[in-house]
Amino acid sequence: MPAPLVLFWVFAGLAVASALMCVTRRSPVASALWLVVTLFQTAALFVLLDAQFIAVLQVLVYAGAIMVLFLFVIMLLNIGRAGPSDIKGPIGLAVATLLAGAVGLQLVVLLHAAPAGALGLPAGAVETAEQTQGMVAVVAWPLFGAYLVPFEVTSLLLLAAIVGAVVLAKRQL
Amino acid sequence: MLLGPALFVSAVLFALGVAGVLLRRNAIVIFMCVELMLNAVNLTFVALAQTLGIAGQIIVFFVMAVAAAEAAVGLAILLAIFRHRGTLDLQNIHLLKG
Repeated sequence: MPAPLVLFWVFAGLAVASALMCVTRRSPVASALWLVVTLFQTAALFVLLDAQFIAVLQVLVYAGAIMVLFLFVIMLLNIGRAGPSDIKGPIGLAVATLLAGAVGLQLVVLLHAAPAGALGLPAGAVETAEQTQGMVAVVAWPLFGAYLVPFEVTSLLLLAAIVGAVVLAKRQL
Repeated sequence: MLLGPALFVSAVLFALGVAGVLLRRNAIVIFMCVELMLNAVNLTFVALAQTLGIAGQIIVFFVMAVAAAEAAVGLAILLAIFRHRGTLDLQNIHLLKG
């Protein structure tokens, strides 16, 4: 087995295991920390898939900013301490396993619907582009070119989120 | 080369996220499981960007922006609910349940 594939399965196994821990741990703080582990493993997978810039963003934005926000709210509401378990009983477990298994099975079946080889770029095309243009530029050129309007709309979205969060979290309006 | 394994792993992660949403009662943990699902979808986009062009990575960028906005607004809503009702257990928040 080639080295990237071995590394891929190591990180993928860690990601799935920590996602499982995230779903099954009782304490919300433990869940959040296991989710951070999953996000880091996914960042490693992104590096293996030639998306170094996205991997950095994943660590900075997801594992850094968003999860800190989650932990902050958990601590603020003081629900981190051991209380009654919020995991549903055996019936809930059975239903969750069944439905999640069905979804997972459908997604795995979709693997066979992967795009035809003729449709895709030649192998290593993204990697070569990253080596010739630089790994940030290869994302930045389309982002500020073909995708400029969506990018600007994103700033509006973030502004709306800021205003909405302030309004919702304020004690008295 | 890694496309098939990456799609498989993201399917497993997505299914785990679905299981978490169905299994838990705490609104914050459910929210974290939704983030897990978003992350699985990001993995799919990045894997397909290798063969179908760099646009997949740009869509991941937008997904992250939406996830950040969603986390900010969603956690503010949860804060408001907690202040109003004193709990985040979804069994006790049943205003719409006839």
